[in-house]
Amino acid sequence: MNILVLVKPVPDPEKYNEIRIDSQTKRLVREGVPTVINPTDRNALEAALQIRDAMEDSTVTVLSMAPEFSRDKIVECLAMGADDAYLLSDRAFGGADTYATSYVLAEGIKKVEAEKGLMFDLILAGNESADGATAHVPVQVAEWLKISHISRVCSLNVEDELIKLVKRSEDVMLSFQGEGPAVLAVTRDINKPRFVNAMGIVKARKKPLTIWSNEDMKLEESRLGLEGSPTQPGELIAPHMGRAGEPLVSGDATAADAAKAILSVMRKAGV
Amino acid sequence: MNFNFTEEQEMLRAAFAEFVKEEIAPKAAKWDEDNYTPLELMPKMGEMGILGVFVPEQYGGVGLGHTERVMALEEIARHSAGLAMMVFTHQLGMAAILDYGTEEQKMKYLPGMCAGTEICGLAVTEPGGGSDVAGQKTEAKLEDGQWVVNGRKCFITNSHCGTATVITCKTGEDEKGRSTFSCIILEKGTEGYSPGREENKLGLRGSMTGELIMNNAKVPEENLVGEAGMGTPIAMKEIGEVGRASMAAIATGIIRGCLEDAVKFSKERIVYGKPVSKLQAIQFHIAEIRCDYEAARLMTYRAAALKDEGKPAATEFSMAKYFATEAACRASKRLIEIMGGYGVVNEYAAGRYHRDALGCISSGGTSEIQKIIVAGDTLKKY
Repeated sequence: MNILVLVKPVPDPEKYNEIRIDSQTKRLVREGVPTVINPTDRNALEAALQIRDAMEDSTVTVLSMAPEFSRDKIVECLAMGADDAYLLSDRAFGGADTYATSYVLAEGIKKVEAEKGLMFDLILAGNESADGATAHVPVQVAEWLKISHISRVCSLNVEDELIKLVKRSEDVMLSFQGEGPAVLAVTRDINKPRFVNAMGIVKARKKPLTIWSNEDMKLEESRLGLEGSPTQPGELIAPHMGRAGEPLVSGDATAADAAKAILSVMRKAGV
Repeated sequence: MNFNFTEEQEMLRAAFAEFVKEEIAPKAAKWDEDNYTPLELMPKMGEMGILGVFVPEQYGGVGLGHTERVMALEEIARHSAGLAMMVFTHQLGMAAILDYGTEEQKMKYLPGMCAGTEICGLAVTEPGGGSDVAGQKTEAKLEDGQWVVNGRKCFITNSHCGTATVITCKTGEDEKGRSTFSCIILEKGTEGYSPGREENKLGLRGSMTGELIMNNAKVPEENLVGEAGMGTPIAMKEIGEVGRASMAAIATGIIRGCLEDAVKFSKERIVYGKPVSKLQAIQFHIAEIRCDYEAARLMTYRAAALKDEGKPAATEFSMAKYFATEAACRASKRLIEIMGGYGVVNEYAAGRYHRDALGCISSGGTSEIQKIIVAGDTLKKY
């Protein structure tokens, strides 16, 4: 089974208090904030590695669209156990919304498939990114590729090419089974991602990591980045978080008067 | 000159830090309180590649160097200096086998030790002293193809959990009648060999420290490590370049703990309506801890890099060990002062850092011993 895992480097969620939003561009200012692999993408990679380790002749390929400085995060995926990786990196891809991002990723998947001469049986991704949290991308990628997709997958097994999974819905768990190709977006409760270990880091040196710019991809520039993104951010409004006090009784009121006044406010509020 | 770690080393540090954050940090205070040695973590650290990070791949290791080994120890000691003691002593014995053992010994012992299923150690100190190597009383006599070992070692880390420990013992005399010593591997379960009393330590709790007692312990002749009579140079080289490197790394980890806790506490503690981090008196303490951390780090990693280049580094490790362990004592005392009353409450780590820092002074030779080594080298070179 050939599995592809979509991975996004994101600002470390533990440092979100250090992230600002540029009031002009409405984009995140990430300078000085360390980058990590999107947490649920690690779950997706772990799920892929578990399937590969249990099935002979299986491979796990990682694909990401990210600036080239995130290369070390893709190497980290190789150190975790992925067999090879592709990084789609070009200034033209920058500033993309989920529509333009998923378009580039889908085209990247097609190019990897053509390069390798195979079709991926399973494409896994984290259900949502820790920074954008739209949960759009896995679904959109599947739509571009015209293949099935299921989100919020919390359990996954593959038995003789038959994919068995459980999807968490609001108050029910839904079981599915079927054959690939499919895009599955996994939640963090699907597994506990393995630690990256020193042996994996040393082995990653020898694993192939291919970086493609748009010169390699040859995609129409009007469909990329800011230009190819229909989403237009509106105004940034910071809500007022202060508390407003209102005196209910005068300074010489008794405790009973104060209690009556408080009860009256509570009754009005329907408590 | 380049003061940066490589991308691979940064990745290793992040991987070790993540492991420590999950598996060590939440339990370190409890291990200290209970004086509990988490032996169950050894196979996990083996799987992480921590234990055998400096051992070549053919013996089950990762094939990296001492810079990476020191890095792992700093990360562990950031949260548990006691556990880092256990790890480093394990590596100290492994280093003796790796550097001086026969091919058979390396193949027999190192894979299990890299995996953390076997635990090693190096035992030199005796009741008569540690740095006084020539004063050792433990003796081994070769009889019918076996070493018969008699004696007592004390203050030995991993004394009660070691499965194979390298010990130094007197095996003969030179032409001037002076004792000569050899290194011999003693395996757990050997008749006449057993741990003795276990110490209840001030700091570095969570690592076992105690006695080893040899009473007519019979050891196969092939357990000799290196040549007979070369025990002192073997032990001195490993203690000088692996032991002291480790103590410097552990102390550096303690200082980092002090620094991070000092910054966190001083930003959160409000006095007179503002965080105490705004007070110059507190800032001076923080600046001193930061300077100590940076200096300890530079000295420790520079010495480790020298060793990885195959250059002599014993004096550099002595300087790093002396500076970093004394700096850890200063930093932890400063943290207690920054925290006021909270600093002496055991719910916080400050007191543990201070006890651990004090524990680091005597291990691998006291500050005075380090100064004698540094002075000796300095008087020759300058």
